[in-house]
Amino acid sequence: MGGVLVNPEQLLETIDPALKKRLADAALNAAKSAGASYADVRIGRYLNQYVFTREKQVQNITSTESFGVGVRALVNGAWGFASTNLVTEAGIVQAAKNAAAIAKANQRVQKEPVKLAAQKGYGEVSWKTPIERNAFEVPVKEKVDLLLAANAKALDNGASYVNSALFQVNEQKYFASTDGSYIDQDVHRIWPTFNVTVIDRATGKFRSRDAMASPMGLGYEYLTPRASDKLMGPQGTGVIGYKQRYDMLEDAALAAKQAKEKLTAKSVTPGKYDLVLDPSHLGLTIHESVGHPTELDRVLGYEANYAGTSFATLDWKAKGQPYGSKLVNIVADKLQPGTLGAVGYDDEGVKTKEWDIIKDGQLVNYQKIRDQAHVVGQQESDGCCYADSWSSVQFQRMPNISLRPGTAKLSVDDMIKNVDKGIYIAGEGSYSIDQQRYNFQFGGKVFYAIEKGKIAGMIEDVAYQANTQEFWGSCAAICDQSDYRFLGTFFDGKGQPGQVSAVSHGSSTTRFNGVNVINTARKI
Amino acid sequence: MAILSKDEAQNILKKVLSFSTADECEATLNGTTGGNVRSARNAISTSGALDNVSLAVESRFGKRSGVATCNEFDDATLRRCVQRAEEIARLAPENPDYVPLLGPQQYLASPLSFAQSTAGITPDYRAQQMAATLQLCEQRKLSSAAFLEDSAGFVAKRNNKGLEAYQQATDLTFSITVRTPDGTGSGYATADYNDASKFDAASLAKTAADKAAMSRQAKALEPGKYTVILEPAALVANSDASLLGAMMSAMDARSADEGRSFLSKKGGGNKKGEKLFDERVTIYSDPTHPEIADLTFAGDGRPRQKTTWVEKGVVKNLYSSRFWAQKQGIPDLPPPGGFIMEGGTQSLEEMIKGTAKGILVTRLWYIRPVDPQTLLYTGLTRDGTFYIENGKIKHPIKNFRFNESPIIMLNNLEALGKPQRVAGNLVPPLKIRDFTFTSLSDAV
Repeated sequence: MGGVLVNPEQLLETIDPALKKRLADAALNAAKSAGASYADVRIGRYLNQYVFTREKQVQNITSTESFGVGVRALVNGAWGFASTNLVTEAGIVQAAKNAAAIAKANQRVQKEPVKLAAQKGYGEVSWKTPIERNAFEVPVKEKVDLLLAANAKALDNGASYVNSALFQVNEQKYFASTDGSYIDQDVHRIWPTFNVTVIDRATGKFRSRDAMASPMGLGYEYLTPRASDKLMGPQGTGVIGYKQRYDMLEDAALAAKQAKEKLTAKSVTPGKYDLVLDPSHLGLTIHESVGHPTELDRVLGYEANYAGTSFATLDWKAKGQPYGSKLVNIVADKLQPGTLGAVGYDDEGVKTKEWDIIKDGQLVNYQKIRDQAHVVGQQESDGCCYADSWSSVQFQRMPNISLRPGTAKLSVDDMIKNVDKGIYIAGEGSYSIDQQRYNFQFGGKVFYAIEKGKIAGMIEDVAYQANTQEFWGSCAAICDQSDYRFLGTFFDGKGQPGQVSAVSHGSSTTRFNGVNVINTARKI
Repeated sequence: MAILSKDEAQNILKKVLSFSTADECEATLNGTTGGNVRSARNAISTSGALDNVSLAVESRFGKRSGVATCNEFDDATLRRCVQRAEEIARLAPENPDYVPLLGPQQYLASPLSFAQSTAGITPDYRAQQMAATLQLCEQRKLSSAAFLEDSAGFVAKRNNKGLEAYQQATDLTFSITVRTPDGTGSGYATADYNDASKFDAASLAKTAADKAAMSRQAKALEPGKYTVILEPAALVANSDASLLGAMMSAMDARSADEGRSFLSKKGGGNKKGEKLFDERVTIYSDPTHPEIADLTFAGDGRPRQKTTWVEKGVVKNLYSSRFWAQKQGIPDLPPPGGFIMEGGTQSLEEMIKGTAKGILVTRLWYIRPVDPQTLLYTGLTRDGTFYIENGKIKHPIKNFRFNESPIIMLNNLEALGKPQRVAGNLVPPLKIRDFTFTSLSDAV
């Protein structure tokens, strides 16, 4: 992320909302005077701190601040956007005038005027990620000590090399619009991670295992282990799942042992297998095969030149074809505590909510923002508009997209008992999917063979290939709420110029029957 | 403000160094001005402009280092920025990979890295180029989505050991995807230049439109091993991973020496000097090449010179950090900017003519690593995939997923065409036998 490098203490500073309101009003008035029928302004302070280590040494510690204003104006049915890092009344008024001028220029080539779903103003409101410990208040030394302790655990357990990192983000966002909203938000995110490599010098073979941590919408409390947030994986795997708290030292030790075990694990025999997918893996499959194809801008063709379009077109949806089996219920939200998508309001002043995307295996809705709702005959935005910086224009981004857990009681061990020939996969690995989201291939961090209802040892060189509808159609069982966990990403990319966004995916361990597995071993 | 002259930039940097109290201090100015325009569904969807100059100051006390940045250049701000870098340095742990800053360096001249035609681009120029693509696609009843981005900038560097560097560069990158209204055909074209006077959006739109029209009603072939002709845009890419790009970025000496690279040797050491590819494979970098003129110094101030990475299939050089080069006593080579793969003289059409049976691939997409040990990658064909029979394009075919390693691919080389510029590299179309397609995709 860009930004100006600052001292860590500067990350604790905040800006008075009264000052932000005065500046925002100046921008809104300037836009209206320039002919805008609607305008919004985002005064954003984006703070990041990254800590990088390898083995016994600190590689880099970076603290950055990016501060500025973005103004969007709707003039004669066309959008204009301009931004500035001059956060003064003069700077912000000029940005508003520039936005209106660009809108007028764009209006000359615009064929259809923008139709904006109505939105009530909320007055002066605020929202804050419900964190217990602000990561920026934690001394840098404590973070360095934690990463180096994790590295030591990995090295003690046989790692040849280990890199670790801690990413911390705070978005201080002030949004105001001509609808009468003045929204002050304080959003926090954190991501601890590492990569452990074990090398067998004699054979020249090397294997790695990354952290099982997920980026989360939490404070530093995520790094304080808690027994009630740990879930033991299937018997015979040693895999540990983490809910709202993560044990980095425990995971680093396990990663080294598993990376070592991968060196001698049996290579998979290609063929059809029943897959049992842990939430630390399944989240990415949900992201790619349900999250992206149900973004309405992709469906309509706005991403055709880069991220691609979608098989789940309006015509496809109208035909009522199944997206998956009757067990598949996918929900969108920007509410769930601890998730990366959780905010009070989106970046165009819409209060966030939860809504169904797939119900009983049928696609029932898309992800949309204020200027898209009319396309599908709806009256309101879903509240999933986002910009990754004050200098980026906001557009439709993926909310949390999650698979609802099974309603009947079912543990992972009980699920595996019924699998005759299968593979249990935990952790995200290699991932690739086509531009309309039909054909995908996924790897994982660790793979275990399942034979006659039991885990039968670690295997390697596994990737599964499937078609989105066939894959979700083969969904045969979903564990209950007690297994529900999140997997997220900080860096979901979309748009030209590219923007990133952070998003989480909740799920419980799920079984898919008869999926095609290939062997990825090669000789060079 | 964005493009400072050499004197303007060095005067700011001299002032910055005069404020320093550190053992070592290096200051870098980066400036960019430019803009972009994006279209979708045959209309302009977004447009923007960028204008920014930023200063980075690195201060060092012994082996402790701190970096601070600012984007205002009055004396008080510059002084604060230097002080901040020094405060951070004093708090930082010692860096065990420390090497002293570089002293005076000699850099090659690469005047073609900057073109006034690109630096002078206006919003009207961008709109006109885009309008030409919209008009062509409307006339042919096709739907287009495109992106044009241009920039002009400079980098200036100076330190208290005597290093001084300055260079200007420009770039224009354009890509377009054209689709048929029924969604059964899609075509793509891309190009990039230092010199915008070479750019013609309409001709690229025509290429993409022709491919879209030709790719309607694709037939399915069984997945398996096929002879393919990979166009340059299928080998390197601007905004996604690519097979040749991935291979070049894995040529780092440290990973190879540490045992975690495709270039690591059984029992230790690396494969420098070994023949890993077909003997027709030669890859080098040259920042003064007129077609892909680039900066002649790396981010850390090391000179970039003409360097051969692979010669007649043999790995000739690996790049490394300065620390690793000194530790291992190996040539101190920074990673290249763009690279050049030598090719032949055949055009793409001539390569097709010489193919009895094969598949023409316009573009590969969503390429991700599967196994770093073998550099196995997966991804898909996209926006124009055709079956070739008896020297002619017979019919469009459905897209495939591949699982292939560039190392294996460059051993299965049948023919090389005439190199073209893509994403700042010069790469020939390649004819490869036994390219591994593992499944079919319904995506168009």
